Amino acid sequence: MQGINREWRRFTPEQRIIRFAFYFIAVAALVMSARHIEFIPEFLYDAPAQIKDFFVRMWPMDPTFYAKSVHAALIETLNIATLGTILCMVIALPVGALAANNLVPFKPINYLAKLILVSSRSVNSLVWALLFIAVFGPGALAGTLAIAFRSIGFVGKLFGEALEEAQRGPIEALTAVGAPKSSVFIKGYWPQVKPAFWSIALFRWDINVRESAVLGLVGAGGIGMAMDSAMNLFRWDQVAVVLLTIFVVVIVAELGVSAIRKRVI
Amino acid sequence: MIASIAAAHRNPFPAHWPTRIGWLVLLGYCIWAAAQLDFTWRRFVSGLSNGERFLTRMFPPDFGSDKWEMIVKGLTESLEIAVIASAIGIAISLPLGLMASRNLSPPWLSWPARFLIALCRSFHPVIVAIIFVKAVGFGALAGIGALVIGSLGFISKLFADAIEEISLKQVEAVRSSGASFANVLTYGVLPQVFGRFLGFCTYQLDSNLRNSTMVGIVGAGGIGGTLFSAFQRFDYDFVLAILISIITLIFVGEILSNVLRAVFLDNKTISQWFARDAAHAPVTPRGLQE
Repeated sequence: MQGINREWRRFTPEQRIIRFAFYFIAVAALVMSARHIEFIPEFLYDAPAQIKDFFVRMWPMDPTFYAKSVHAALIETLNIATLGTILCMVIALPVGALAANNLVPFKPINYLAKLILVSSRSVNSLVWALLFIAVFGPGALAGTLAIAFRSIGFVGKLFGEALEEAQRGPIEALTAVGAPKSSVFIKGYWPQVKPAFWSIALFRWDINVRESAVLGLVGAGGIGMAMDSAMNLFRWDQVAVVLLTIFVVVIVAELGVSAIRKRVI
Repeated sequence: MIASIAAAHRNPFPAHWPTRIGWLVLLGYCIWAAAQLDFTWRRFVSGLSNGERFLTRMFPPDFGSDKWEMIVKGLTESLEIAVIASAIGIAISLPLGLMASRNLSPPWLSWPARFLIALCRSFHPVIVAIIFVKAVGFGALAGIGALVIGSLGFISKLFADAIEEISLKQVEAVRSSGASFANVLTYGVLPQVFGRFLGFCTYQLDSNLRNSTMVGIVGAGGIGGTLFSAFQRFDYDFVLAILISIITLIFVGEILSNVLRAVFLDNKTISQWFARDAAHAPVTPRGLQE
């Protein structure tokens, strides 16, 4: 009889305590941040007026600016994104393979490869761009390298995980008939990870189009440069043209990628 | 005889010409684009000697006491921006994601919501930060605004997609017991998507942390401003010190969000944590972990 009156609980006391601790930490962090951060309330009062001013100055747009400098910059941006993605795939392929434990069964090398991937991801593309500008000077070369180096971590991690999930069967079969290592990779692993590889590449290209649009703000070429120069001249009608172009290109790229993905992969 | 043997032993992996042509086209594009962007060998070589000088000036990193103070101040501000922006973003994206889900809300509500989400998603945080710097002036407030927009775009979209995939049977069961709309949400919808929502939120907190270290480049607060001015002063050993601090902070953040996922999604407790045999990998939404 006592079973009926028993109180059922979803979590054990220990689970509840640790969950509560996390909620508590989250709220405490939020409260502390909100109290500590520096606000300048005067700036907030005239924000609506500033935003209104911003849009008034943007309208009407300056359509001649597109033909004059945005179009060439846009092509440059797309080239930076595409070349950066290709370069990153070339570098990420071996690094990702070294990070996969079933392909290279040697822990120190796996960890070294993973360290490379983590540091590539942690540095932002703008910061990579600043580093490469210091080395190669301002321009599209720095932008392309920045895009490539930022993407290595992302692509290498996903590709390495795809390799680790590859099935043993075909690989054992190839090893059993005495295929050399290179053939095991090309005929055993590659066909299994090929769809993942191409979908990662497409996905990253989509992200890189977005990222390469801002690289120009620090001088690494592309459409961001056109935007930066228009902003420095306070030509907000031209900035509006650039923003609209970026919006359209990003949407088209996303639609294109999802269409290709549906049809091919 | 010979012909039959040759037929039996023909290459099982014949060359596939369309693929080869595809690779050739790709190679051709690379050469064309590299020429367009004016990549030359001479530039590359002169860059290498520059790079050598650059690296020697970077080492050793400068963690002097006045520099360390600047780093701590900047990183604290970045961290605060990330926390506040994530909190506001999560709070707004709950209703926004619900509005955008096509199975629970009517078309006149879901299409505008979807458009708003697409608008938030298509601009890079740095561009949004520029707009906010113009609107609310230099400082952390602009950074918070920019990251809130970014979080909205990401969390609401994935949250809406997650809601669209729920099973409607449970919703119907709750509804048939006479529950109000709010109760249907709390007991029929949210339990089905809570795990994934938490995954998106921790991922976004992580990504806000990364981005908050960068919005300072356009004057929106945080360590990015310090980093950018160090670059402009050619203070490269300080640059390296800042970069090392940022990477450490992000690494710690990544570990924390892994712990969070393990606790909430795998129901792990501290005692299990230290038990060796129970060391399963924490559940992570696939393809999300950047």
